[in-house]
Amino acid sequence: MSDLISPKSEEELAAAIAEASAAQTPVEIYGAGSKRTVGRPLQTASSISTERLKGITLYEPNELVLSARAGTPLIEIEKALAKNDQELAFEPLDLGPMLGGGEGRGTIGAVFATNLSGSRRIQVGAARDHFIGMHAVNGRGELFKSGGRVMKNVTGYDLCRGLAGSWGTLAVMSEVTMKVLPKAQATRTLLFVGLTDEVAVDAMCSALGTPFEVSGAVHLHGDFARELIDTDILRRTAPVTAFRLENFEASVGYRVDRLAESLTAFGKVVELDGAASADFWRGMRTLKFLHESQDPVWRISTAPTNGARVVTELSKRLECQAAYDWSGGLIWLQTTPSADAGASEVRRVLSELGGHATLIRADTALRSSVDVFHPMSSGVAVLSAKLKQSFDPVGILNPGRMYPGF
Amino acid sequence: MTSLAILEPDENVLNRRDNVIRGLRDLLPADCVVADEDGRRAFETDALTAYKQMPLAAVLPNTTEQVSRVLKYCKANGIKVIPRGAGTSLCGGALPSEDSIVLGVSKMNRVLDIDFKNRTAQVQTGITNIDISNAVSPDGFFYAPDPSSQLACTLAGNLAMNSGGAHCLKYGVTTNNVLGLKIVLIDGEIIEIGGPELDASGFDLLGLIIGSEGQFGVVTEATVRILRSAEGARPMLMGFDSSEAAGACVAAIIGSGIIPVAIEFMDKPAIHVCESFAKAGYPLDVEALLIIEVEGSEDEIEGLLDQISEIAKPFKPQGIKVSQSAAESAAIWLGRKSAFGAIGRISDYYCMDGTIPLGKLPEVLVEISNICERYKLKVANIFHAGDGNLHPLILYNANDPSEVERAEKCGGEVLELCVKAGGCLTGEHGVGVEKRELMLAQFSKVDLEQQMRIKTMFDPDWLLNPAKVFPLELRAS
Repeated sequence: MSDLISPKSEEELAAAIAEASAAQTPVEIYGAGSKRTVGRPLQTASSISTERLKGITLYEPNELVLSARAGTPLIEIEKALAKNDQELAFEPLDLGPMLGGGEGRGTIGAVFATNLSGSRRIQVGAARDHFIGMHAVNGRGELFKSGGRVMKNVTGYDLCRGLAGSWGTLAVMSEVTMKVLPKAQATRTLLFVGLTDEVAVDAMCSALGTPFEVSGAVHLHGDFARELIDTDILRRTAPVTAFRLENFEASVGYRVDRLAESLTAFGKVVELDGAASADFWRGMRTLKFLHESQDPVWRISTAPTNGARVVTELSKRLECQAAYDWSGGLIWLQTTPSADAGASEVRRVLSELGGHATLIRADTALRSSVDVFHPMSSGVAVLSAKLKQSFDPVGILNPGRMYPGF
Repeated sequence: MTSLAILEPDENVLNRRDNVIRGLRDLLPADCVVADEDGRRAFETDALTAYKQMPLAAVLPNTTEQVSRVLKYCKANGIKVIPRGAGTSLCGGALPSEDSIVLGVSKMNRVLDIDFKNRTAQVQTGITNIDISNAVSPDGFFYAPDPSSQLACTLAGNLAMNSGGAHCLKYGVTTNNVLGLKIVLIDGEIIEIGGPELDASGFDLLGLIIGSEGQFGVVTEATVRILRSAEGARPMLMGFDSSEAAGACVAAIIGSGIIPVAIEFMDKPAIHVCESFAKAGYPLDVEALLIIEVEGSEDEIEGLLDQISEIAKPFKPQGIKVSQSAAESAAIWLGRKSAFGAIGRISDYYCMDGTIPLGKLPEVLVEISNICERYKLKVANIFHAGDGNLHPLILYNANDPSEVERAEKCGGEVLELCVKAGGCLTGEHGVGVEKRELMLAQFSKVDLEQQMRIKTMFDPDWLLNPAKVFPLELRAS
């Protein structure tokens, strides 16, 4: 068991890290720990959790801005936003349930530290794009800030984005400020049943090339689709391709008709009704189709038009099921367990077709033996190692979680 | 504006000038090296024209490999390098020093690939901002960031400054619209980061490089997102008898859940100058004017503009005018987009670029006019109201040295006011040399030291665009 420190203020957080830095003691950094099993396993004598750094510190609905201490539960923030019909438009992913934990346990700091965005990323941008300000403590134990509470800000380097997706390896955020947006008045979901992966990707790319602001374009293999849709639409184990449109009531009606018109070449359109539509996209946010199994899961990012080819190539060698998000550009691939969870095949196919993959779910032994994050080019690896050094010279923050050596 | 200290040039480098030029000529085709006085004159300043420094030479490479050779040479010989796009920086971001060379990317201006299915375009960074949109507009697409200088400014400069524009309320700024880039580091190494995917793997180096003001490397290629254009777009004008009313109206519109594609605010002096230039039909008897643009189909536009008019009622808008044609829309935007030029016709001006929380607009405007009055200077205010980016234009006479000095001091106070109000020194123009010494008003020494460590990691000898962004005193320590 490692010692757990849960600072109650950013000063306490800075002091704890300064102490670890002076002693050169590596520490594991996390929020509520809901994504703790992602990344290479850590061996640290102590841990620091931001869970007690709680509370919304600023919320100006009319200025579309909210600040909160890093350990504030995401659900608390979503509740406050919902009171004003607002939301985090990038739909932060909830990996908790697929990693064996509960739903809705994550903290807002971790949302930005992991930069995991949901289906609406294709229209509104990723978590990083909504991250406008922060306070953080670097590996020297120094409290610093970057960005602010205003939307447009180019004063100094963009360290917020620098820390987005760094999984607590560069600095520990103590407070984050984000852009929030109004919730759409109405949501409608159109489905195509039975498209092949290749045709589905084609349909999704066509839909995104229309002016109707499609805010979700996903394609799920049959077994996965049935986890999200509980109707008789899916009597067969056919794959499902879904499109989401969100807007004011009047607009969304018009747009649904026009989008369906533009996609007639892809076959018959079915519409999910209100409750089923909401369930479907909620299921996408928690990756419900991955909850039941414990099999390894890869998150693959590639150019959308490559998506189907990547999966086809991998299916030749691996037993796998896929869910495509982001119009084909994001693939959740579940494989049957094997010595390397298919790592060598995944890397080989992506080196040919382009893209990168992260092993999101795997047991500890596997996460120690294969690269969890995608191997970097030598140039990027050198820069990344130096970046780590510039924030955390002694190498005490989540050392080795993303890459061996730093 | 000449009160900023200019670093003493390195005599040793100045004495080696002929040598350096020979060295550069060995690396590049003859037409890529500008060494004569008239030629170099074109590179001695940017759009912050009060500052001028003649560089040792300017180089205009044709290829990434040539950029790499130049940087490698400069690193080996301790020569400072000032990267330059079109030289439209308003903050002196491309201002050279006498012991530096300017490296311009203007010859690398081609579109390399357009991929409509993946909605990306791969371009060389010397391309102008508007030419990216021009390349894809026949197919109904556009590149979203739209700085007012978009006819001239290059993507390279947009990347360096993380530029925005009037329409970034809906579509975001440069960093939200770039997926990958090719950067040449100071040691000549060429690195590719990101690509056509919607996210890059590993650390967000892309996010760090964008907005680093040319201090990390020279970006020669980029993969940008292109978006399908809306079916249509139409602006409306609304006048108000106070800036409070206009500001409150903006808050009410956003609070209602409508995010227009742009909300622009002008105060009375700005309205008058822009109207006399563009004849856009701006009302002249109001204290503040909003230009609000929405997008969609004809019916959707109609519906949204009706809703906005309804929301605006309690704030007693006057002279409401909804554009009825493409020509009227163009005139409305011409007035706004040429505001700086229009004001430039009547006076020299110093363009500030702070950002403030929207709710603070009325008190900030009052305080700005107090500050300007104290310095006996006039001011016109233009404001990207949706995202809080305020451009006070301080009018002065460049031929009167005391007025020049007063304008600069006045501008500094205005920016400090923005920071105090909860905003920042610069929303889209960048820090450059202009705001370098004000950085400690917004950041602590510790904040800036963390940033400087990242600069040092990319460029250990501080050869790339040095003497920008950070207070000189801090660098010395």
